[in-house]
Amino acid sequence: MTWVWEHLGDIGGYAVSHALLAGIPLLVGLALALPLGWLARRFPRVAPVIVGGSGLLYTIPSLALFILMPLLLGSRILDSINVYVAMTIYTVALLVRSVVDALGSVPEATALAATSMGYRRVGRALAVELPLAVPVLASGLRVAAVSNVSIVSVASLIGYPQLGYYLTDGYQRSFPLEIGVGIVGCVLLALVFDLAIRGAEWALTPWARAAASSSAAGSRYSAIAKRWRNTSTRQSEGVGTR
Amino acid sequence: MIAQIWQWLTAPEQWSGSRGIPTRLLEHLGFSALSLLLAAAIAIPVGLWVGHTGRGRSVVTIANAARAVPSLGLLFAVAMFVGPRITSNLAFVIPSVVVLVLLAIPPLLSGADAGVRSVDPAVRDAAYGMGMTGREVLWRVELPCALPLLLSGVRAATLQVIATATIAAAVSLGGLGRYLIDGLAVSDYAQMAGGAILVAALALALDGLLALAQRLLVSPGLATRPSQRRHGKFPRARGVAGGRGRVLAPAALTTHGRDLT
Repeated sequence: MTWVWEHLGDIGGYAVSHALLAGIPLLVGLALALPLGWLARRFPRVAPVIVGGSGLLYTIPSLALFILMPLLLGSRILDSINVYVAMTIYTVALLVRSVVDALGSVPEATALAATSMGYRRVGRALAVELPLAVPVLASGLRVAAVSNVSIVSVASLIGYPQLGYYLTDGYQRSFPLEIGVGIVGCVLLALVFDLAIRGAEWALTPWARAAASSSAAGSRYSAIAKRWRNTSTRQSEGVGTR
Repeated sequence: MIAQIWQWLTAPEQWSGSRGIPTRLLEHLGFSALSLLLAAAIAIPVGLWVGHTGRGRSVVTIANAARAVPSLGLLFAVAMFVGPRITSNLAFVIPSVVVLVLLAIPPLLSGADAGVRSVDPAVRDAAYGMGMTGREVLWRVELPCALPLLLSGVRAATLQVIATATIAAAVSLGGLGRYLIDGLAVSDYAQMAGGAILVAALALALDGLLALAQRLLVSPGLATRPSQRRHGKFPRARGVAGGRGRVLAPAALTTHGRDLT
């Protein structure tokens, strides 16, 4: 264990770069997936192309994608931009479907009510549908976050420094403790991401809590909230990671 | 650069011998198929049983939580502990296959469980009402109705195994991953990229084949379940739509992701 204490500074540094490599693509991917998912719902004709096409990207194994990135970007093999872009691609691949499902979880009546109150299409999407889509979106985001944290560690095979370094280095030196540090570090980081997204979801959905506390009255809110919970349960599922 | 990759891919020495592409491809497929069969033999019966009886759901929860473990870490850890204990020339193969089986189990397990649980309770009750025994209900009603999600689980597991078998070249497994790892070791980008293209093509081709199989195997009657209709504009792009092969396989699975932590 002394090894862990001696290297605590390094471990922290690698954890931060790991968090950045997994977290920044998560935010960028979300920003890209939102309009794509909205388009897919708005134009059902192109939905299979958008949802299916982005889904296909997730099938490409991570090591292969990391290696092919310089070819697409014209970057050098050790540029960290390769990892950022590859992780953004995976995030978009997972989240487009989540966005479509999340927007689909908004009750038709609510959307129509917003229209009758004078919201235009884009305004309605941003001010009414997006906030109500947060629970389903958050569950998709949590799946993507755990997936990203695991995939980023694969990049250590090519030599990008992050927690995955302890996995490759520990294996090369036959040092189980170091591999343990890498694994525990990744799992803890995934947990931190999960808690952060849960926290953001909690902060962004005060109406869900209000609905939960008034559910005894059998109000309409509670019915809606229940449906949301069902959708988000169905939606959130552990995705295989590479 | 592209010319060099093309040259690597089309060079005659790449297409014959024990290091040639056909051999590596067969190795890759062989390890993957073996691991998937072993994992399916364990996970699908357990998943169906959990879904059917509703007992032991914690098994599925634990398996899903275990997915937060990075596959690369699992690979190196198992290779380090199991490898030295095996003296035969299978020392490189067995640890990798163990890891591939472990990684394939969670998606298969939750696919089978979620599939059986997604069966409309009215359908299940009707089957019991017709006098079917529990076993008949499972085999003749629940299993066919569970196929969309079950096969989505198979697709997710397959992609997982193909991807991890690539990485397993780092612990000396054969297969297409060798080109990526060996090319990296000698800074031969053409070899790395050529191998990466082959791996990506293999993954895409297998996913396409499985999507086709899903479409052929799933009863067309399942495409328009009443519970899907309320989603208005997207009656076919959700849930069971995994069966239509257009949808991302992993996301078509539907269970305990929130238990990931």
